[in-house]
Amino acid sequence: MSTTKRSFLQVACAALIALAPMPTLADGWEPRRPIDFTIMAGAGGGADQIARFLQSVAQEYDMTNRPLVPSNRGGGSGAEALIHVSNASDPDHTILVTLNSFFTTPLRQENLGIDVQNFTPVAMMGVDPFVLWVHTESGITDFDQFVAQVQSMNGDFVMGGTGAGQEDSIVIAFMSDAYDLDINYIPYDGGGAVARDLAGQQIMATVNNPAEAKGFYEAGDFVPLVAFSDERLPAYPDVPTMMEMGHEFSYYNQRAVVGAPGMSEEAAEYYRNLFTQIYETEEWQAYLESESLSPLWMDAEEQAAYWATQVESHRELLASLGE
Amino acid sequence: MEVLSLLANGMWLALQPLNLMLILIGVSIGLFIGAMPGLGSVNGVAILLPITFLVPPSGAIIFLAAIYYGAMYGGAISSVTLGIPGASTAVATTFDGRPLARQGRASLALVTAALASFVGGTVANVFFTAFAPLLADVALSFGPPEIFALMLLAFATFVGLGGDDIPKTIFSICFGLVLGAIGFDQISGAPRLVLFDIMGFLQGIGFLVLAIGVYGIGEMLWTIEQSRGEVESTTPKMTARGMAKDTAEATRRGWKGTTIGSVLGFFVGILPAAGATPASLMSYGVAKMVSRVPGEFGKGNPDGVAAPEAANNSASTGSMLPMLTLGIPGSPTTAILLGGMVIWGLVPGPLLFVQEPDFVWGLIGSFYISNLAAVLINLAFIPVFIWMLRMPFTILAPMIFVLSIAGGYAATRDMFDIWLIVIFGLGAFVLRRFDYPLAPAVLAIVLGPIAEPTLRQSLLLSSGDPSIFFTRPVAGPITVVALILLALPAVKLLRRGRGKVATEKS
Amino acid sequence: MRNGEIVTAGVLALFSIYLMWKSTELPVGYIPDRGPGGGAWPFWLSAIMLICCGITAFNWWRRTTPPSQSDEPFLDGYGWRMVGLVGGGVIVFVALIQIISMYGAIAVFLLYYLRGLGRHSWKLSLTTAITTPLAFFFFFEGAMRITMPTGLPFTDPVFDVLYEIIY
Repeated sequence: MSTTKRSFLQVACAALIALAPMPTLADGWEPRRPIDFTIMAGAGGGADQIARFLQSVAQEYDMTNRPLVPSNRGGGSGAEALIHVSNASDPDHTILVTLNSFFTTPLRQENLGIDVQNFTPVAMMGVDPFVLWVHTESGITDFDQFVAQVQSMNGDFVMGGTGAGQEDSIVIAFMSDAYDLDINYIPYDGGGAVARDLAGQQIMATVNNPAEAKGFYEAGDFVPLVAFSDERLPAYPDVPTMMEMGHEFSYYNQRAVVGAPGMSEEAAEYYRNLFTQIYETEEWQAYLESESLSPLWMDAEEQAAYWATQVESHRELLASLGE
Repeated sequence: MEVLSLLANGMWLALQPLNLMLILIGVSIGLFIGAMPGLGSVNGVAILLPITFLVPPSGAIIFLAAIYYGAMYGGAISSVTLGIPGASTAVATTFDGRPLARQGRASLALVTAALASFVGGTVANVFFTAFAPLLADVALSFGPPEIFALMLLAFATFVGLGGDDIPKTIFSICFGLVLGAIGFDQISGAPRLVLFDIMGFLQGIGFLVLAIGVYGIGEMLWTIEQSRGEVESTTPKMTARGMAKDTAEATRRGWKGTTIGSVLGFFVGILPAAGATPASLMSYGVAKMVSRVPGEFGKGNPDGVAAPEAANNSASTGSMLPMLTLGIPGSPTTAILLGGMVIWGLVPGPLLFVQEPDFVWGLIGSFYISNLAAVLINLAFIPVFIWMLRMPFTILAPMIFVLSIAGGYAATRDMFDIWLIVIFGLGAFVLRRFDYPLAPAVLAIVLGPIAEPTLRQSLLLSSGDPSIFFTRPVAGPITVVALILLALPAVKLLRRGRGKVATEKS
Repeated sequence: MRNGEIVTAGVLALFSIYLMWKSTELPVGYIPDRGPGGGAWPFWLSAIMLICCGITAFNWWRRTTPPSQSDEPFLDGYGWRMVGLVGGGVIVFVALIQIISMYGAIAVFLLYYLRGLGRHSWKLSLTTAITTPLAFFFFFEGAMRITMPTGLPFTDPVFDVLYEIIY
């Protein structure tokens, strides 16, 4: 029985696995079973795309002797994933792809009892900027027109996003505050749905990562108005930043890989090596560029420090939102 | 015509030896995965990823299309033979497929399902080829109010689905809707209905958890208890002549359902967020409504198998439309395909048709070929599935339990959900004894999480004014039709003098 | 059955009330300009469930539904025994997953069911109980890339070998 199964497997599951040379990673700890690669978001969003990209790069170069097995746990702004990873029975084989809900969800849901500092830093793969988009047919071409339009509509200007306390709502809240805007904010269940309803003009504007809006931008459906990055984005050189408009505000979504709390130092070292290798591949570098991500490489200690500052700044941001 | 030559190119590509082999392997694997409760085409992607590095992207896509079609056909197989819907899209197939199997006519049900799926898939492919860009605009015009109106219409078709006991049917619908609300409230982001403060409920209750509990455990216990060890010996013989006869009968008695399912399924399928489950349900409801013998539905009418099967296949093809024309994933499977496209250096979005015609038409061409391969392979495998049913029940039963638990875990990867499956199973057994219909709850848990957010998004759009459902040009008529359909049984009830129940649920 | 009907309706009514109470953690009313609050949907649906239970009880009192007329017991001796043995078997099966892994639990459950309940031969029972989990392992872990629970750490050596085979 098992022999037929295996021959089936080799055909179906690609001969690559069986025939490939042994991995060439440093000696020492190696995973003994498939690695639980939890994704803090639902299928199809930016984080999911990145996770699957990382997985396929690792697979292409056969960097791991056990496969990365992605599983989406986006429920409750990532609370589901955080609980799952915190309670992992085998922390050495459990890693998590995060976004900023890694910081905001434990702050907003204190009853979860999650302290992000318990997680093991692995790798910071890059940060994803945010851009304000409107539909071409709205006739709005720059940020001043946008502000005028919103103000003239007295609260009937509709924007979509991924939910209260999520990354885009923080940006929108900042904007509303700085420019005295009254925006009707409609929460959706994912960035894809938001982009779709902007394309269908069910909503009038969104704040989205370039990766999620790029297809529509290239087709001429979306117009970028302002970027919330430190400097102008290379792919959108004509789009001004919030900084240029005199506001000390930039906001990025972190695309980081973290290990489960209680991961052994050897295992953490293994994953750091692994993701350093992935980071340095041509594929990843090309991805960073084409999807307008900014590199922000950090070692483990810097990451832990970065988390601390991010938790603090998100605490302030959320507090100013009245959360 | 340019479209036709592009399509012919795509088909030619799919017929290359390597690609044809991928199609045959993919369809067989897909059929097998789809027939396993708990697994679906999304699991086929696990096989797809390593393949992408061995064959060119076009081969990988063709392989995916093959798995996708195979899995769609496979869903009906577990619905008919095991009585467990492998996916939410196949729940409606159990309504008539299971009774047919119990009458020893499993082969008729399976043949009907296969043929209806083929027609549904083909009709959808033709629509797709001819009108893709036009339909994309239709899909985009569906905002939250339109989707909610559509859900209302789907609920209207529920009314005829329950048993004779109306309060128990309404209870079942509401129970499913409330279970679907557990977890997080999408609009406010706050945790909701965390029952008994158990953290496991935060992630909500998935369709499969309830479906496997109800059908895989509850129905099985009920069958074991009812059959008193003497399981009905309705094991059919499979012969070539029998198959030919079944094919003729399937065509004669299932063409109406197939037609309804193919057309309705496609149009519901292309709408964002709606998908194949409401499509199959609505097709079943409509087929029952227009049938001359509505009383036969639920007791083994081939039209009742054909309508949902044609619809879910047609809708699944249709749901590729928003992905290809807009770059928006309509399902986890298409989401992963989108990820794959990014890896291959393609930009998903409205320009894909223009910039990468080879890719798009290769995919559409392989839909046609995969659909054809799937129906042939499926028909060839039917004797095997029938043979499985001839296993002694004391072997089949534990296998079904094992499949349910392992499949349930595969779908959710959480032990908490496995315990929920067991609890739902035992609860379903008790409720079944007291004539509570449970199929409405199983469907409601799928539709609820679509209906509630769209209802509230719509009201946010209109600043709390419910007239938005009536004044929008597309949503208005749908809402009115749905309300009329909902009111019909109520009027009937009033005539029977049981007004109390009538005014409740809308 | 007659007693069971009203007890079931009562239990479901209590559950509905619990759901209603739990829903009130979020606003259940109509918020002006924003539509229904976060708890409204489950709250009012639970309320309908409660009403349905009330009508079921009313029908029970009028004896208009089949279960409320029936004098049969909910389950007879045979029924209780079957449900106990099979349902109990499934519960033990699930409990064992966390101890001796999914595959170990499948083997034990199949052996129990085939040999104990089905009265099949030892040969058939043992063969099925051993080959099924192995086939499942290669299917789920090898082909589908789905990791199943491996139970307590004492099963590790076995799984280390198995994983070495498939990867």
